[in-house]
This record gives sequence, C-alpha cells and structure tokens, in this order.
Amino acid sequence: MALDKNGIAKRIAQEVQDGFYVNLGIGIPTLVANYVREDIEVEFQSENGVLGMGPFPFDGEEDADIINAGKQTITTMPGASFFDSATSFAMIRGKHVDLTILGAMEVAENGDIANWKIPEKMVKGMGGAMDLVASAENIIVAMMHTNKRGESKILKQCSLPLTGVGCVTKVVTNLAVLEVKDKAFHLLERAPGVSVEEIQNATEGTLVVKGDIPEMSL
Amino acid sequence: MINKKVNNVQQALHGVKDHMTLMLGGFGLCGIPENAIAELVRLNVKNVTCISNNAGVDDFGLGLLLQNKQIKKMISSYVGENDEFERQMLSGELEVELTPQGTLAEKCRAAQAGFPAFYTPAGFGTEVAEGKETREFDGKMYVLEPAFKADFAFVKAWKGDAAGNLVFKGTSRNFNPNMCGAAVITVVEVEDLVEVGELDPNHIHIPGIFVQRIFEGANYEKRIEQRTVRQKQ
Repeated sequence: MALDKNGIAKRIAQEVQDGFYVNLGIGIPTLVANYVREDIEVEFQSENGVLGMGPFPFDGEEDADIINAGKQTITTMPGASFFDSATSFAMIRGKHVDLTILGAMEVAENGDIANWKIPEKMVKGMGGAMDLVASAENIIVAMMHTNKRGESKILKQCSLPLTGVGCVTKVVTNLAVLEVKDKAFHLLERAPGVSVEEIQNATEGTLVVKGDIPEMSL
Repeated sequence: MINKKVNNVQQALHGVKDHMTLMLGGFGLCGIPENAIAELVRLNVKNVTCISNNAGVDDFGLGLLLQNKQIKKMISSYVGENDEFERQMLSGELEVELTPQGTLAEKCRAAQAGFPAFYTPAGFGTEVAEGKETREFDGKMYVLEPAFKADFAFVKAWKGDAAGNLVFKGTSRNFNPNMCGAAVITVVEVEDLVEVGELDPNHIHIPGIFVQRIFEGANYEKRIEQRTVRQKQ
C-alpha cells in the first residue's frame, strides 16, 4: 500500500544520522522530526533564525517571538541558539547544515527541482528554498509520486519554473525511495505492498531497476 | 555617549517621502516594526518600494500599506499569506521582485558592511538569475547580486538604549540586525528603552553606530500567524 505523509516522514527519518544538523522544510518534512530515533543527537535548524528547535509549546505557553520558518509557534531545546537571517544562511550556504529535507512539486532525472511557482496560478515565492538547494550537498525531497490527476511528478524534465538545477540526491515518495544520479532515478526501495510495475507506471523520468528491489522497513 | 533617542514615532519617521525605498525587519509577523508601519499608514506616503521578507497579512503588518495602495514595489522572498497582495500582483498594480531569502538577507548585510555586490549560488539556472552576471568558482556557478540601496530601514528590537545599542529576542531577530546601517537612516523601535549603561556591552547584538534614531514603541500586538500547541498529557 502506498504510504501516507507520515509514512514518508517515517522513512526519511531513517536517513537522519547522529550528530546531524538538519533543516526541515514546510509540510511533510516538518513531520520527520516526530520519527527521528531517540538514541541519537540531532539539531533542527529553522532558517528564520533558530538552531535546536523543540516541539510545539503547551497550550498557553506559546511566545509570538519564537516561531519556525512555517510561522508556527515552537519551543527550543537545551543548547539552542537564535541568530539573524544572514547568519542563518551562512550556515546553509557555507554547508554547515548536514541534511536538507524539503517538498517539491516536480523533480527531474538530472536532479532539477521545482517547488515555488505555478505561472499565473500560484506565486508565493521561494523563501529559503533556492538558497538551500543551491548549497546543500545532501538533499532529500519528500513528495507524492503523482499529482491529484494521477500524473507523474517524477519527470524527465521539470515543466514548472526551477528552484535549483542538478541538486536533488534522493527522493522519498508515497511509492518509493529513489536515488538521483547519472541522469536517472535509481529505484532503491518500494513502499510496502507496492510493485515495481506500479512504480514504473507512475514514473515519467528514466527509472533504473537493478535486481530485486526490497520493501522499505518502517 | 552620542544620543540617538527621539521622543516619538513622528520624529522617528521625519523625512520619509513618496517614492522612497524602505527596508522593514521581520519574518512573517514576527519582529515587525509595528509602530513605524502604523505611522507610514498615517503619513500616507505613496509609491514606496518596500524591502521586507514578507508582506504581512491582509489586515496587519505591511498588509496595511497594501490595503492603502501605498506600495509601488515589493522586494520579498515569500508573500503567500496575503490575498490583497496576490490581487494587486496579478492585476499588475504592484511590482514584485521575488528574491531568495538568504540573498535578501545578504543584500542587506552587504549594504551594511560596504560591499557593492557578492556572488551567491542561490538561483543559478532559475529565472532569478536571468539577466544577471554569473561566474564559475571552483567548478560551481554563482550569480552576482548587488547590495540594496535604501533611504530608511525600520527595525524592531527588544531592548535598546539612547546610544542605539540593541538586543533582540528569540526569532524576532531575523532580518532586523542585518538592516541596521543598511539604509541612509536606520530607525529602531524597541519594546523597552533602558538607561544607558544598563545593557551589558558583552550582550549587545547591534552596536549603536549602526542606528540613527531610536524610540520606545507602544501597544505591541505581536500577532501570532500560526498558533500551534500540544496538549499536556
């Protein structure tokens, strides 16, 4: 069965390693924090200016001056720090953040990503996404494999305005884990109960399938 | 001590005129200069260019200037929470320059620090880089981005003193420190204007040299955009 959003987040959480500084985008990526192993030390960075983000505050304890990049009220963990926006993007641009997890509308087999604009329909802006994808060396995209009409979002070439070029290294969807290299999507894992054929049918870009493809263990 | 204190928001915004370029601190509604925005509405200056990460919401923050049709151009990274903004942008009434968030911050910092421009990898190969100079360093491509030029910067800090020294709180810091000294005149409003000497020099985030005018703001609403809480077990 295809994964739901929490399932995708759960699988991505397995990529988070001890000692990592991690930037989580808005949407599915935010859920990843709920599934990171408790026996490892990880610090979450939010690009509006906090390192060491904690869970949401208890009702009545929220502080208008402490929010995340999604403008949600948050708390901080012991050892947390606040900083200005230029310093925040020095962490990102300077490659001090170990892992970036973000959502996408489309990804292409050459690693291009589009997630900020649908011409004449939706123009909300790129926020920090262009800075993140241009600098991070370890980018995981969390997304649904197809859109609501069943059309693939895993493409040969992006049709929407790009956020970054040749930058995505891994994609985790509701159907599969894909590695992006050598101008192709390499199928690493299937969602539980999802066949290789189903994944092939949902993928417009070049899909490389080598040997037996294991199911994700969640 | 060089005194930067002015008595009220009217004095603080003296000299703001139509067609000027204004920087405003804040991320979403967090750390926005609420008093300066209210005074800009009252002054009804028109055709201004605003440099601000976001454009407020329909009835708060920079949304108030949008409702009043005072803004000619917005330079922002994310403008998603504002219907009037979207309407003015799609109808062509409002010019919008979307800029990656880190580039926006650095364009402020460059202006503050005296750099005319800098290279960044953000936006290379996208429409953000169209028409801009690009250059390769160590096998990677970068885009040349100029520093901002602004007439006024409106900044919100938590505490400050008459010397212009500032301390920020939590994530309301965001773009505020980067905008100090990045415009011809930096105007700071603080929640708490303390006596000179009260702030520990070791704990000052922005030294007063970057500030021209400072005043204690009033009636902070500090509206929360996305109140998210968990329940006690």
